[in-house]
Formats: sequence, C-alpha cells, structure tokens
Amino acid sequence: MTTAPAFLAPAATGRRRLFRRRVAMPGLGLTLGVTLLWLGLLVLLPIAAVVIRSLGLGPAHFAEVAFSARALAAYRLSFGAALAAAAINGVFGLLIAWVLVRYRFPGRRLASALVDLPFALPTAVAGIALTAIYANTGVVGGPLGAIGIKLAYNPAGVVLALIFIGLPFVVRTVEPVLADLAQDIEEAAATLGAGRLAVFRRVLLPEILPALLTGFALAFARGVGEYGSVIFIAGNMPFRSEIAPLLIVTQLEQFDYEGATAIAAVMLVASFAMLVVINLIQARERKWRDG
Amino acid sequence: MRSATTEPRGIRATLIAIALAWLALIILLPLVAVFVQALSKGTGAFWAAIVEPDALAAIRLTLITTIVVVPLNSVFGMCAAWAIAKHDFRGRDLLTSLIDLPVSVSPVVAGLMFVLLFGANGWFGPWLIAHGVRIMFAVPAIVIATAFVTFPYVARELIPLMSAQGKAEEEAALTLGAGFFQTFWHVTLPNIRWGLLYGVLLTNARAMGEFGAVSVVSGHIRGLTNTMPLHVEVLYNEYNFVGAFAVASLLALLALVTLAAKSLLEWRHRDSIAASGH
Repeated sequence: MTTAPAFLAPAATGRRRLFRRRVAMPGLGLTLGVTLLWLGLLVLLPIAAVVIRSLGLGPAHFAEVAFSARALAAYRLSFGAALAAAAINGVFGLLIAWVLVRYRFPGRRLASALVDLPFALPTAVAGIALTAIYANTGVVGGPLGAIGIKLAYNPAGVVLALIFIGLPFVVRTVEPVLADLAQDIEEAAATLGAGRLAVFRRVLLPEILPALLTGFALAFARGVGEYGSVIFIAGNMPFRSEIAPLLIVTQLEQFDYEGATAIAAVMLVASFAMLVVINLIQARERKWRDG
Repeated sequence: MRSATTEPRGIRATLIAIALAWLALIILLPLVAVFVQALSKGTGAFWAAIVEPDALAAIRLTLITTIVVVPLNSVFGMCAAWAIAKHDFRGRDLLTSLIDLPVSVSPVVAGLMFVLLFGANGWFGPWLIAHGVRIMFAVPAIVIATAFVTFPYVARELIPLMSAQGKAEEEAALTLGAGFFQTFWHVTLPNIRWGLLYGVLLTNARAMGEFGAVSVVSGHIRGLTNTMPLHVEVLYNEYNFVGAFAVASLLALLALVTLAAKSLLEWRHRDSIAASGH
C-alpha cells in the first residue's frame, strides 16, 4: 500500500494549486488511499450486498417480506421504544448535563465518569444485568411487581434497556454546548427582570436546542438498531415484544435469507435517513454558531 | 448573595438529587448487579466459572479478535484523520459521514451483511467453499464483523482533535525539510497521543464486548466460535446465572478500566482530548 489508487490521482493534483501559497501537506494520497480502501472493503461493499440482494427480490416480493404483519409489529416496537427512550433521555440527559456543568458537589467527577458506562459496557452484560434487576425476582422489579408494574419481558423492558443505552448520547452532546454558553446573556435577561425559569425557556433552551436534538437523534438512531441489551429483557414474543433486529436473527436461523435481507434493508434505509437528519441538525447548528 | 445566573439552593439540591438518583437507578445499579450476581455463590463458584475450558476458550477468542482488530482500526483511524483534518478535498464531509456510518447501523444488520458476502449463498460463498477457505461461522468472520462495528472510534476521536490543532506545526516541520513520516512521528503523534490512546481504549472495549454482529456470524460453536459476550448469553440461557455473571463481570471490569483511563486522561490532558459524543 505504498501508492494511492489511480482514481485518486486527478483529485490530488487538481487540489495542489490550492496549497501552493503555503507548504503542501504531504501524505494525502497514501492516507486517503488507505482510508478509502478500508472503508470500501469493510463498510461499503457489505452495504452494497444488502442493497443489491434486496433489489433482486423484486418490488412485490420485497414489500411482502419486508412489510409482513410480524415485521410491521417489530418495526413499531423498535422505532416506538427507541422514540420513547430517546424522549426520556432528552429530559434526564439535559438535567444530568446541567447538573454536571453548572453545579459543584461531592462525587461530581464520579457521576460524570458513570455517564459513559453504557459506551464501554458490552451490551449483553447490560442486558442480563438490567434483567436481573427489573425481573420480578430483582431488587427493583420485585417491589414494582407487587404494585402491579411489570417492566421486564414487556415492551416497557425494551424502553428501559434503550434508556440505559442512549443516556450518554444526550449528556455528552449537550454538555460541551452548555459549558460554552456565555453567561452574560443570562445576566442581561435577569437584570431585565426575567425569572430563572423564563431565562431557561427563553434564553438557554434555544441555545442548547440543536445539541439536545442531536443527542436525541443519536440516542434514537442507536436505539432502533440495538440488540444485545434488549433481547434478554424483552420477552421476545412475536407481535408483542419482538424487536426488528431479533426478527432478522430469527429468520436467519430459519434460513429465510430473503426475509432477513428485506428487513435489514428497511433498517439500513432508516439508518441512512437518521444520519442525514443528524448531519443537517449539526450543519445548521454550526452555521448558526459561526454566523 | 446568590448570583443572578444560578438557582436557589433548594432547587439546586433537588436537581442534583434527581440527577444522581437517575444515574444510580439506570447505570450504577446494573453495574453493581453484575458483581453481586457473579459472587452470589461465593468466590469458589465465580472462579470455577472462569477457569472452565469453554470460558477460557471464549476469553482466548475475544483476545485474538481484539489483537487483530484494534491495530488495524487504529492505523485506519490515523490515516483517515490525517487525510480529513490536515487536507481539503472535494467530498471530505461525505467521507466523514461515511466513516460514522457503522455507528448507526444495527449490529445485527452488520452481521447479516457478512452472511450475504461470505455465507454459503453469499457473493463469495461458492468460491470460498470451492477453495476450502472458511470465513463464515469461524474466526475470520468474527474478526471482520468486529472490525466493522469498531471501525469509526479512533477516527472519530482524532478528526476533531487534529482539526482543532490546525497544521501550523506540521508546516513548520515540513519547511525545515522533514518528510511525511518524520513530521507525523515527531510533530503530530505527540500532539494527539492522549486522544489516540482514548480512541484505542474505546475500540478495545467495543471489540471485546461486541455482541449482535458477532452473534450473527459466529455460528455459536461452543469452545470454538463463542466470544466472551456470546459465552455469557449461552450460560444465561442455560440458567447458569453465576457462570454468566462471572464472565460478564470480567467484561464489566474492562469497561471500568476503560472509563477510569478516560477520566484520568481528561483530568490530566483536558486540552488534548476532543470533546466528542460517541
């Protein structure tokens, strides 16, 4: 891998003019070549396989297997639970980010480190741990079950797992924006007689809204495709507590490759759409902050 | 007197209490539960579950996978970051988005992709079978699926960091006659080492813990293609809870080490780690 692929050469030389006024940064051909090669083989080729295979099914057959009643129920659960969890994370994530940025209290650093745990803890470990706690034999599930609230082996269990998975996305996106906020606008608003709640709603919330939306979208996107942390606590009953990724696994185990591929294609399109939305929010935020 | 830009003490205390209670309920409690369950039958049962041959085989497979994947994705991440952060070219934003793609693809879909490529009915399946190359339901597929899932982490850590640092220092080195590798080694690398270290740690944690994608491509052959997370699932489904949580606790320890390292890095080298959502 000492030379860049041939197709990169025109772009690289075309750009050279731009750098003439300063020292040319070397290594673009090599590093971009490695990047594109690795990206192409590891990410783009596999994605192409799903797309081309599902196109090969033909529109009628694709619609039949991708939108069967069971698949529709699975999408509804995956997207619905992810939406609910992202909304709950929006509220608590903002609160946690606020507390971590604005207040000083003992254990703050520990709490901050704890926020990142869902990034680092394997999903299967999170799944069995949440089940152990929230099943009717668990420390929280027991008392809740006694008053008639059943979280585990229910759609509510799916939401619970996705809350765990998604929390850091909201906190870590909102936190830096909150920390960078200049306090003079707040002071100005307070001087003009606005109460704390009015300042928060009218001055702070508009400033952090793009970051909050980004965090919400990231948590939602991650939640839709989540598998490991969910399957232990979900109950996995078709039409009721079966998430879309689990349906893919089930169909693969029954050698129903067409069904699995079609559902995967739907999930992929959803991932692309969410990636575009997230990028749009971030681009608008950047433009808004710079301009 | 209270400043105009903070809340009354009572409200502050209430907000802190709610935030900490939520963190305890959602995050701390599951973490504690792993260790409590793992040790619920004593240290003897815990230890027996870990030194049992299938568990050791799973630990070995997880380590092999990680040793292959982490360096590959680290080199890729440094290349991508150098290309994107230090250069300007058409399609740069698109490339950045594409690198992020694996984060938003469901791990199960990722696994399925490789089944469609390397499975018996896949694009390369017949050729692979004819030539006696085994990828599916074997170690290579596990490595490839793990590489896909952990693909973006080093790059995502380095791109914002290297962009923020600009290229003045590199330009100075180049003007003085240093080559590309010299410049990267002596100028860039020292500036990004802590961010790189965190990216590597995160990739490592993700690689060891990957479940969905690996589950689809591994075939679940006990003692052969079960990684640690898959072994946890098998034990759990056999109602061997102590065993499942014992192996899980090793993974939880790894997560704790990763977080501790991150906190330490943030604390010591606040400026040289990019603030990034993952």
